[in-house]
Amino acid sequence: MGRIGPFRRRLEQVGLGLTAILAVAMIGLLTVDALRSFPLVGGLYDQARIAGRLLDSLLGTNVFSHPFMWRSIATGILIGVVAPLVGTYLVHREMALIGETLAHTAFAGVAVGLLVSAATGWEGSLMLVALVVGILGALGVQWLAERTNTYGDVPIAIMLTGSFAVGTLIISYGRGMSGFNVEGYLFGNISVVTPSGARLMAVISVLVVGVIVATYKQLLFITFDEQAARVARLNVTWYNTLLIVMTAIVVVGAMQILGVILVAAMLVVPVAAATQVAHSFRETLSLSILFGQVSVIGGFTVSISQGLPTGGSIVVVAIACYLLAILASSRSTTPLSTH
Amino acid sequence: MTVVSLENVTFAYAEQPAVKDVSLTVDEGDFLGLVGPNGSGKTTLLHLMLGLHSPDSGSIELFGEPVAAFDDGERIGYVSQQATSRGGSMPVTVREAVTMGRFAHAGHGRLTDADRATVDDALETVGITDLADRQVTQLSGGQRQRAYIARALASEADLLALDEPTVGVDAESRDAFYQLLESLNASGITIILIEHDIGIVTDRANRIACINTELYHHGDTESFVESDALTEAYGATGQVLHHHH
Repeated sequence: MGRIGPFRRRLEQVGLGLTAILAVAMIGLLTVDALRSFPLVGGLYDQARIAGRLLDSLLGTNVFSHPFMWRSIATGILIGVVAPLVGTYLVHREMALIGETLAHTAFAGVAVGLLVSAATGWEGSLMLVALVVGILGALGVQWLAERTNTYGDVPIAIMLTGSFAVGTLIISYGRGMSGFNVEGYLFGNISVVTPSGARLMAVISVLVVGVIVATYKQLLFITFDEQAARVARLNVTWYNTLLIVMTAIVVVGAMQILGVILVAAMLVVPVAAATQVAHSFRETLSLSILFGQVSVIGGFTVSISQGLPTGGSIVVVAIACYLLAILASSRSTTPLSTH
Repeated sequence: MTVVSLENVTFAYAEQPAVKDVSLTVDEGDFLGLVGPNGSGKTTLLHLMLGLHSPDSGSIELFGEPVAAFDDGERIGYVSQQATSRGGSMPVTVREAVTMGRFAHAGHGRLTDADRATVDDALETVGITDLADRQVTQLSGGQRQRAYIARALASEADLLALDEPTVGVDAESRDAFYQLLESLNASGITIILIEHDIGIVTDRANRIACINTELYHHGDTESFVESDALTEAYGATGQVLHHHH
């Protein structure tokens, strides 16, 4: 398969440009939301609410005038950028299920956070505790993978089930102490997105995009040919750790909307769709983000208009993109390893 | 100048010795053929030379530096056995793969026009300019190995290490591939080649190291051909593959 045509290239550039504008606007919106108590920003916040009402009256919806919906949509848009970005490296490293594992670890983190807050009256962010536990889980998986010399499914299965087991034990133990809704975290729920959770997602997005831009080459090299990367004196262990920690961070941000069970889908499905039709690795990255964005916006539209769960809607739209990509691709039989 | 120097190097996987008390040197401009029966420790020895394993005892130097401290990654080009390289289904173009040779030079900075020109030169040298926009997965075995050689050239490597690069490559492409290696060697690049076909090695290499855990021969090709090293290393059970013209 040869070079891509100028029309397609231009289309992808426009799509990426729009996505970038949208993502920056969402980060701006979350910043305005966070700083609205300041006089100047307060004015901007009021303007945004008016714009939201206007948009609602234009579309005949009851969505954009509510700040909690802004936060959910902004979080979703940002997930649609960073999850496929990190997922592109994971899928091609045959680590497709690592996201699922780290989501379960983060779930144990949420449980720990709940227990701590119920027992001590602490009112910190559950997401922050999930983040810390998720990163520890990531380092644990990395440690196991180094010791067993493989990212094979055994350490992944052990970590996945083990951390979920711990999470259920803690939640069962702490149930008497708090009236916590576990389903929200298991299946994802737009009402789970707290102001601090949305702000965390904004910080995560800036961080992850920055790190990927800075280490694009190194991550590509170790993904494509780890041994040659070692010979070229790249610190492979360090980049592997960086990738898995970034995965944990993205997963924690994404599980607010998608839930523990579905979060891996955004790391994998848009990438699988992109891989079907992309001509190069760079194009795979671009298309993954575009498919991710289509899935999130499409999923939100279905979810809001039909009153269905958001996480499930996003994943179903993503899978529809994947199936379309297979149909559109002449390489539909090319095996994509999912180990 | 000595490119690689091993002194009394021993390495074992758990209790299973793979390389025992091996001492040898590779000088600048050498074309060293590394031969030995299957499971004789050839790949392990190459990995030790490149710093992918640390020896249990003995010392290894790369370009005059202890191998563990050596950090000029761009000076070494490595072409592994095809089967061991990941990315079998990764949509990476030939140009992207060859550009990886510039990554050690660029670090976290952006690639420059000079980097891209070096990549173009490397593609041209191995004769795959017309395949630059193809995916690596769509190449034949011979073309793919040329792409990996181009990656090593793009990194402006002084040492090219190849581990059975032509497994699964048809005879015609294999001959062309070895001609390419010869011309690269003539231009001053030091080559270490693991190859199971003894005939190819004795035709192309100017030095031979023959090992079966221990070193049975290390010297020029003529003395290797005249010696009994091959029979001794392969033992009674060994199958020697000779190359027929």
